[in-house]
Amino acid sequence: MRETPLSNCERQFLLKAIEEKKRLDGRQTYDYRNIKITFGTDYGCCIVDLGKTRVLAQVSCELVAPKENRPTEGILFLSLELSPMASPIFEAGRQSELLVKLNRLLERCLRNSKCIDTESLCVVSGEKVWQIRVDVHVLNHEGNLMDAASIAAIAGLCHFRRPDVGIQGDEVTVYGPEERDPVPLSIYHMPICVSFAFFLEGTYLLVDPSEREERVMDGLLVIAMNKHREICSIQSSGGIMLLKDQVLRCSKIASVKVSEITDLINRALENDRKARKEGGKFGFAELMAVQRITALKSDEVSIEMSDGDAGAPSVAITTESPPEVGRVPSPVVRAPGAGQVGESLENAWGLEQLEEEEDQPGDEVMDEGLEIKEENQRQEKSKGEVVVISDSEEEEVVILNPKTQVKESTLHASQSQPQSTGAAKKKKKQQKKKPVH
Amino acid sequence: MSDCLKEKVGEVLLPGDIFSFENTSEKVICGPGLRRNGDEVLVCKSGILRHKHPNMYWVDSQQKRYVPVKGESVIGIVTAKSGDVFKVDVGGSELASLSYLAFEGATKRNRPNVQVGDLVYGQFLIANKDMEPELVCIDSCGRANGMGVFGAGGLLIKVSLGLVRRLLAQQSALVKELEQVFPFEMVVGLNGRVWVKAQSMQRVQVLASLLESCENMTPQQRHALFRRAANGAS
Repeated sequence: MRETPLSNCERQFLLKAIEEKKRLDGRQTYDYRNIKITFGTDYGCCIVDLGKTRVLAQVSCELVAPKENRPTEGILFLSLELSPMASPIFEAGRQSELLVKLNRLLERCLRNSKCIDTESLCVVSGEKVWQIRVDVHVLNHEGNLMDAASIAAIAGLCHFRRPDVGIQGDEVTVYGPEERDPVPLSIYHMPICVSFAFFLEGTYLLVDPSEREERVMDGLLVIAMNKHREICSIQSSGGIMLLKDQVLRCSKIASVKVSEITDLINRALENDRKARKEGGKFGFAELMAVQRITALKSDEVSIEMSDGDAGAPSVAITTESPPEVGRVPSPVVRAPGAGQVGESLENAWGLEQLEEEEDQPGDEVMDEGLEIKEENQRQEKSKGEVVVISDSEEEEVVILNPKTQVKESTLHASQSQPQSTGAAKKKKKQQKKKPVH
Repeated sequence: MSDCLKEKVGEVLLPGDIFSFENTSEKVICGPGLRRNGDEVLVCKSGILRHKHPNMYWVDSQQKRYVPVKGESVIGIVTAKSGDVFKVDVGGSELASLSYLAFEGATKRNRPNVQVGDLVYGQFLIANKDMEPELVCIDSCGRANGMGVFGAGGLLIKVSLGLVRRLLAQQSALVKELEQVFPFEMVVGLNGRVWVKAQSMQRVQVLASLLESCENMTPQQRHALFRRAANGAS
């Protein structure tokens, strides 16, 4: 499908905003959007959310014959795909310029920087080596795919475990996960890409450009770096002239960002390891449960608002968009005939008049229900391997709906079963409390 | 027939719901989301059933994708000039065509000044299935009537079609509350595009984020948010 064109007024507005050091989503010049790293139930499966951009990486392995010129080295294979799911402008199976560029960058970032020890992947010299394959799928495109893809790929590689092999004479045995614990890959360092967008011939610079910003930018500089401040690859595109100082400054910013992101990945990995060890819940399944369409989940909008006329020191407040929209179910009795899917969340399908007329008799009941919910939330938070970089992370709603939960648990892996029953129990508790009031 | 529909007014319908009727004495007009199939009325969109006196029914649904409908006013982005028509992106499956003569006061000599990337506000003259839709920026009397090229300054944002309809509804509580935040200009197209302009850039940004975030809020939450925005802005 065609791309929706960018109108002149959007372009002018964006450029003017950038000149005034403002961004549409309320970020500062050097801010990343919220990064969220989640691991699946399988080893090596990882979803990275960068704001609304969402990328999935899946690592797999296979025994193959090595390359002839390197008989003792394993193979790292990277492939990135852009599907129409990510954005209607992507076509399946078409080698677009962007796709080639992203693949090339990812290859340079991960393979050419030798971030994993390929020698340790050798099983029998010259005959059998492990081929590690990283498939990166873009699930949603909202700008800065490169950074998200590189984070997902390296996090997936760090998370991945390959089956153990034993060699007795000429015989090679591959042990299943029940027989011997799978082995992690040996990772030397974690290269991460940081993108810088340049505007107005390189006068202005933004970190982590969003989709609209990417469309008005003049040039892009991608720096892949690890936390030891070693540059693994650097690429400038768009044909702008950059000064030495600019590149140096970018590399300084990149080093800060990379160390933050590396910490985040390590924390996410640690959380996942803990959850697996303690037999707690892990995997995407529980994450999916809170992201149902009815969950009134909304991202934060923060906008600095100041008095434009007075020119006085600005009174900056941030409007975090809906005051706890996700968390507080509005204390409203359901209107007869009000459409509602799921439980304890009011629908938002334009039934305003009805809602306004109503009093708030169910207030305390709802509060009690809320407490239980929050408790549940906290438990999940402590176990969950979701880490969000944000000063104020918004709580997400766990919808306690026994029916749908059961449905979901049949869909997903069996380990989400205990969760659903737990949720169902809590739901019952909640219902019991209601008549008391 | 109309009784069984009337009972469901204000309730949520799902695609596949069927209303059958025996006595076909009354005439019933089915709007978007309802489709007649022989003796039955099929629901083909999920949403709330609405009714207008005497016998008009439609389903108020939430979607983002726009499908051109004859007579609807939309905001388009001019993507190309080809010969004597402009190609305009309206968010539908196909580009709409807009003749250069379809502006107020335009003649063969006096062409309107439209550049690629400009915003136009117009209405559909032709919008058929499988056919290129056609936009015009004049009404039947040849007057602009508010239509035409616009959008110097300001910002175009995209919201869902449901929110747009709420913005355009008469006596819309949402618009009234927005007006109290600070003065602004707004053009609302039924294709989910909203253009806003205010005194300062910051206000435009605030407005855009308010519009994008207020869709799924209850009136109380929205009220609180708007009040905070108004306090912060003034």
